[in-house]
Amino acid sequence: MQTATQIPTDVSFLEYRKYKGIFNWILSTDHKRIGLMYLYSMMTLFFVGVALGLAMKLELIAPGKTIMDAQDYNAVFTVHGVIMIFMIVIPGLPAVFGNFLLPIMIGAKDVAFPKLNLLSWYIYILGALLVIASVLFGNGTPDTGWTFYAPYSFKSGTNLLPAIFGAFVLGFSSILTGLNFIVTIHRMRAPGMTWLKMPLFPWSLYGTAWIQLLATPVVGITLLLIILERVFGIGVFDPALGGDPILYQHLFWIYSHPAVYVMILPAMGAISEIIPTFTQKHIFGYKAIIGSTLAIAFVGYFVWGHHMFTSGMSGTAQYTFSILTFLVAIPSAIKVFNWISTMYKGSISLQTPFYWAASFIFIFMIGGLSGLVLGALATDIYVHDTAFVVAHFHFIVFGGVGFSFFGAIHYWFPKIWGRMYDTKWANTGWLVFSIGFLALYSPMFYLGMQGMPRRYYDYLEEFHAANILSTLGSWVMTFGLVIIVINLVRSAKHGPKAEMNPWNGKTLEWTVPSPPPVENFEEIPVYGEKDGPYEY
Amino acid sequence: MSNEKHHIVPYRTYIFVLLALIVLTFISIAITHIELADYTVAGALILASVKTFLVLTFFMHLKFDKPYMRIMVGFVLAVFLAVIIITFLDYYYR
Amino acid sequence: MIHHDSHYDPEASKIGMWLFIFTELLLFGGLFIIYSVYRFMNPDAFHLAAKELDTTIGAINTIILLVSSMTVAMATSAIQNKNIKLTQILLGITVVLAIVFLVNKYFEWSAKFDHGIFPGSEHLINDMSKGEILFFGLYFVMTGLHALHIIIGMAFIIFVMVFVAKKKVHPERYALLENSGLYWHLVDVIWIFLFPLFYLIT
Repeated sequence: MQTATQIPTDVSFLEYRKYKGIFNWILSTDHKRIGLMYLYSMMTLFFVGVALGLAMKLELIAPGKTIMDAQDYNAVFTVHGVIMIFMIVIPGLPAVFGNFLLPIMIGAKDVAFPKLNLLSWYIYILGALLVIASVLFGNGTPDTGWTFYAPYSFKSGTNLLPAIFGAFVLGFSSILTGLNFIVTIHRMRAPGMTWLKMPLFPWSLYGTAWIQLLATPVVGITLLLIILERVFGIGVFDPALGGDPILYQHLFWIYSHPAVYVMILPAMGAISEIIPTFTQKHIFGYKAIIGSTLAIAFVGYFVWGHHMFTSGMSGTAQYTFSILTFLVAIPSAIKVFNWISTMYKGSISLQTPFYWAASFIFIFMIGGLSGLVLGALATDIYVHDTAFVVAHFHFIVFGGVGFSFFGAIHYWFPKIWGRMYDTKWANTGWLVFSIGFLALYSPMFYLGMQGMPRRYYDYLEEFHAANILSTLGSWVMTFGLVIIVINLVRSAKHGPKAEMNPWNGKTLEWTVPSPPPVENFEEIPVYGEKDGPYEY
Repeated sequence: MSNEKHHIVPYRTYIFVLLALIVLTFISIAITHIELADYTVAGALILASVKTFLVLTFFMHLKFDKPYMRIMVGFVLAVFLAVIIITFLDYYYR
Repeated sequence: MIHHDSHYDPEASKIGMWLFIFTELLLFGGLFIIYSVYRFMNPDAFHLAAKELDTTIGAINTIILLVSSMTVAMATSAIQNKNIKLTQILLGITVVLAIVFLVNKYFEWSAKFDHGIFPGSEHLINDMSKGEILFFGLYFVMTGLHALHIIIGMAFIIFVMVFVAKKKVHPERYALLENSGLYWHLVDVIWIFLFPLFYLIT
């Protein structure tokens, strides 16, 4: 049996080489390398998604055809959505920061099933390649929207089979990661680290993992049924064969709504780590945040119908979903209150991660409040399927997951690469990005209320000015993105060496070297009576 | 190595459970001859649920496992049931 | 209670298998949701379509799976009792029963195909009502997916038999056997619901 003593403890995980060259990465079961492989593959796919988004905004800079016609526009927003949702924001923080940090933060050497972890990444890459294949080969890029609604998804002549199958495969990656994290948290916490001494980022990963585990299979079977429809003509959602397209929507959103909590819970978890460190104060309401996390995960299963208010559901379903939607907003509000309360009378350190965290709260609240407009039946009827919805989910998903991701990467950067980035460029990048972000998405609220539909490549002349502002915003935001990425990439290689605990954090990752050795700890830490996270 | 007590279930227990399951199977077939109208589905589902309970408890060892295992299973079933019920809020009231 | 240096944590493996079972429950759960909605909307058509299915074969298959669940559960007790020979016999019986189940399924499906009942067939589309078409679509998808899981479960158990023979699974290390058994019970539970919902609504 392999023993731990074979791996040196004074060599960082980046320097430890078991194989030659690239095999050190693609054959590695080290959770830290797997987390970075997710990061690098996701960055690549993210830029493809950004390019598609920029193409859409360029098309929308003026009414009528600008650079593409309707069919191409439909294909662009479909692939943009599939990449961003299934390959970026759903794996998002769990795949990158969860993989890298979860074992360290709970005092473990690795996750429960390291080989399964590597398999999850392989499956992710396979799914991504399948989706890309649907664009490059066959009868035309899918044009159904990332939601693949029936009946068009089985009638469309475009190359849907690899795209849908790719999404199906990506689901397995998500499920296996969730499974791994649940077992890891149950079985591998350090001695003395009871559940109520575990930091909040692992807690958020726990809640998220349950959603990944229980919700993803439902979309799995739904997508499989679309595939079976296209291949064998099994018409479960086909009205001509007695099926109900609304049932497809039910099953699709039974997953896809909990999926947004997969996106946001770890994002909130990271914020809950950043804020105590940069206010040098114990988080306000530790237990309330845990309770809210679990409440969001639980109630989030029961609100999916708010995506379907205008579909033809019964009135009873409509108002039930509306009430539940309002309920699920409450725990999120509790978290915001707790974050702000942590800052109050704290010793605030204005560093890059804190800027991202503070602006996260601002942007996320805008997104969340706009969700109330959508959750109320009377107002939803006017804004459903308009640019208002597009603004809402970009504020809450891109604003939420994105800002938190950038905050997290600037927070844990010194730990991961053992170097520091240039703070001035990082802050400049944050500022430019945020201004561009607001300029890009805020006009969409206005446009939606005025009636501009979503997923249209054309619009009425009265919407022109706001669209110009939005497109300009996309360029400014991208410029900010470029600044941020170049700063980080350069600093990872050439930045000044970082110390073990540059921010005076109180969680376990700050007690190991930067970068950590392969097995994280020389000796597994033991938590005493008085120990715990955020003990300032 | 784990220091947990390894509870060994006697073969006899499993045989009794199987006999119970077979009896329940025959009962479910038999009641199809009784005209239950609206309660046909309920009858079938109740019997299937009892059989499932026996499989979960004995064959799948839940009775002898730590309590958190039973809690997890119960939780998952509860979520699934809630989802079906809410889905029917649409179809039943259309 | 928590293991750091040991690479063998049977409780972790058990939790892992249960979690995987939960995903399978939700996977089939989606299909059961579809079934319940369409049955609710087409009660008479479902009743009519179900008459095409042979209750006897369905009942035999049900008994087969129940017995196989017992044998695989007994196999765990057998290995705990250090009775390797009995373990292998019980696992072998489980596999044989699984094969019989699949053979029965093959005959059932062949009979349907011979009568022109299969997805996309003319008889289905032209002669049957929408409710009946839905019934058979669900029948083929659900029993087909279930059969796929029987094959996966069988593969697990065969693997275990090989590992037992190679002494990689033994009385001090049998999580693989126990968890493969858990998976097999899941396959049984799914059928416990499929049987009445498809065969017994006459």
